[in-house]
Amino acid sequence: MSIPTTPGTPPNQGAPSSRGFIALRWARRAPRAIFSTDHRIIGFGYLVISLIAVILGSLLSLVMRMHLAWPSWQLPLHGPILPEEYLALVTMHGTLMLFFVLTVAPQSGFGNLILPAQLGTRHMAFPRLNALGLYLTALALIILVAAFFVPGGAPIGGWTAYPPLSSTPLAGPGEGLGMDLWLASIALFAVATTLSSINMLTTITKLRCEGLTWERLPLTVWGWFTAAILSIIAFSVLLAAILLLFCDRHLHSGFFLPAQDLISGVLLQHRGDGSPLLWLHLFWFFGHPEVYIAILPGMGLTSMVIANFSRRRVFAYRLMIATTLLIGFLGIIVWGHHMFVAGLNPFAGTAFSISTIAIAIPAAAKVFSWLATTWGSRPRLTTPMLFALGFVSLFITGGLTGPILAQPILDEYLHNTFFVVAHFHLIMAMAGVFGLFCATYYWAPLLFHRTLSEPLGKLHFWTTLLGAYSTFLPMHFTGLAAEPRHYSQLTGIAGPSATLLQSTLPLQRHITASAIFLLCAQLPFFLNLLLAWRRPANDPADANPWHATTMEWAPNALNPHPNDEPSIVYRGPSHYTDSGKEFSPQWSPVNTFNTEAE
Amino acid sequence: MEAPPTHGFWNLPVDAAAHGHALDTHLLLNLWIALALLALAHLILLLGIAIRKRTPRPYHQLFIEYLPLAALTLLFAFLALRAQQLWAAQRYTGADLSAMQVEVTGQQFVWYFRYPGPDAAFGRTNLSLVAPAEVNPLGIDPTDTYGRDDIVTSQLVLPANREVDLTLRAQDVIHGFAIPEMRIKQNAIPGQTTHIHFTPEIPGDYAILCTQVCGMGHYRMLATLRVLPPAVFNTWLHTQEALQAKDKAQP
Repeated sequence: MSIPTTPGTPPNQGAPSSRGFIALRWARRAPRAIFSTDHRIIGFGYLVISLIAVILGSLLSLVMRMHLAWPSWQLPLHGPILPEEYLALVTMHGTLMLFFVLTVAPQSGFGNLILPAQLGTRHMAFPRLNALGLYLTALALIILVAAFFVPGGAPIGGWTAYPPLSSTPLAGPGEGLGMDLWLASIALFAVATTLSSINMLTTITKLRCEGLTWERLPLTVWGWFTAAILSIIAFSVLLAAILLLFCDRHLHSGFFLPAQDLISGVLLQHRGDGSPLLWLHLFWFFGHPEVYIAILPGMGLTSMVIANFSRRRVFAYRLMIATTLLIGFLGIIVWGHHMFVAGLNPFAGTAFSISTIAIAIPAAAKVFSWLATTWGSRPRLTTPMLFALGFVSLFITGGLTGPILAQPILDEYLHNTFFVVAHFHLIMAMAGVFGLFCATYYWAPLLFHRTLSEPLGKLHFWTTLLGAYSTFLPMHFTGLAAEPRHYSQLTGIAGPSATLLQSTLPLQRHITASAIFLLCAQLPFFLNLLLAWRRPANDPADANPWHATTMEWAPNALNPHPNDEPSIVYRGPSHYTDSGKEFSPQWSPVNTFNTEAE
Repeated sequence: MEAPPTHGFWNLPVDAAAHGHALDTHLLLNLWIALALLALAHLILLLGIAIRKRTPRPYHQLFIEYLPLAALTLLFAFLALRAQQLWAAQRYTGADLSAMQVEVTGQQFVWYFRYPGPDAAFGRTNLSLVAPAEVNPLGIDPTDTYGRDDIVTSQLVLPANREVDLTLRAQDVIHGFAIPEMRIKQNAIPGQTTHIHFTPEIPGDYAILCTQVCGMGHYRMLATLRVLPPAVFNTWLHTQEALQAKDKAQP
């Protein structure tokens, strides 16, 4: 993986003959790279943050899985996992994955790397704001991980941090300094994401090159655009909620707390008589759009990649734009479906149920478009295409349980069981990660100037798909058996509850074994990156190996020279002949064949 | 012989509540529909990749996009409507006035159950009077006469076939009150009360779980619901009332 130092410099010129010089070269270029305002370097910076977070988050989940299946298992160099440690792992796993992987990588990482090129522009609208966003995100990650190392450890209330559990150190270990660090980290993250979303929105609105009308924008851009709007709305509300919670913790205010609260034998009095439900409203007003922020760029990329390898236009292109925006809009008005049994008015439950089920319609429209685009096309099953198809599969499987959970009467039974864990891991985590793998394999020739190995990529795909399904499908069944989330132990307690919990143990052991397999399945991916790094760079003549039509594949789109002519777009994306051999890219003034009127 | 904790293809625990049958039927309908749609979508996906059409024809957006979408909309509308009927039946109105009253209080990491006693009224509680060591874990105000005959237990005992109205409260943090076999779940929130009502039908012992993460002992915040035949329940209640009267009679 190489990072270009300055715009216009091909990254591999003057590669040192001896590997010993690499460290020296890195030391020399590191300051310039770290304090660069070049959007590609910032994009790589975001990907590095995500990579650290995803490795850490996966290892945390591995420890959780081991402990759940074998409670007496001892973590080497640590000992047995205590209940509060298990919950701290849950909190940090969720926080790392949701914020630092699924928000950062698709939106800020690949957004910075690819978006300007897809718009035919050379830079983002606000380079320094962009760099500030990266520093704040890095700082947020450091502060978050620091929570592990303070007295009491990391917070134990999950990534949703419901008060009063999250409002006082009395409520449990990790709710002292650990919780303050968590709040500080997420506050910084919210500021960073808002800044980078403003940058992204301005870039898309203002810096599109000549000829790039809204309708000709690739669906990836529409995904980033909608996710950026959602980010600004959602993260500003989260930031406000965090500040209020901080006041409740340290200034004895009572936004989220009743006037009197008895925790650990200590009677706490607050000024005012607030309600924890207010936090739930504010948090989920952020939390639900957040999952669309994570998945919308992946949906856009899937549409474009499927079209490219099927050599077809995206089926119902305008409808796909509309559904992207509609999913974003509906995403803002469904937060109450997380609160059906939380003390919400039952009439509000009905309203939120209807708005939530309504999302199934635009989401299904997207699935129909993907199915119709591939139908009968005999696509080239390259690794990026496989991951795009995997995204479709996981999106369908995870999505179909959405309308079930959206029915309050069914959610009453399923709420906070493993059924929910299965649902969001399939549709958000796995589909989201498949989107990221698709992006990595698809754009590797642009990012690393190397194509990743296809055999290794296919091995990676099939094992990951198998691991993902083997891990998360059985969770539906432990959930239907009523096993709750956040239980650090399923054994050792007497009574009918114990019988119920223990009955899920064999399946939980299978899930743990599958999770280990799923993690091992990522080794071919890292091996692939490593091997690519050691291979010579692609021939510049083969700059568009996938025969793609969008602007990022135009010659020198990612390394524009200041003297280059400004880019011009002549048509929408995905114009291919029926045979698929010829195609008219967006940047080509010549029509290789007669395209129909748009 | 004890029934297995879960049964059937979908692994559901037994249903022992009056509203459970309708809920289960609707849940199973949803699950089978989801499974069928999952299979259908994957079949189309795989077939679409495998076959090659000889002459590419322009698609008719109406047939491929809008008609299936309309069908799906109707299907989801039907499911949503049915779900709202069940939801409304359970939640839109409170319990019947003749329903039995029990108060449930969650605190880290135990559930307490309070019965109103012969006067059918709960006594006032005050958080500053909570004293588990002095056998007053709920802080019942001794100056309130309504509270004198209140019975506090750590096991929820209910008669079969009589509706019960549970008043849920929490002393410290949010807890989730769930009885899977009764198909109910409702959070208990500090500073406010919530209600849930249901009718247990089959006598037996059932799991009570906490389903909202509430701290390090969340996993062991378990209790038991014991459903008794009405006659046996009355005997149990009278015994408790007599015990309570004896306790209070002592200085």
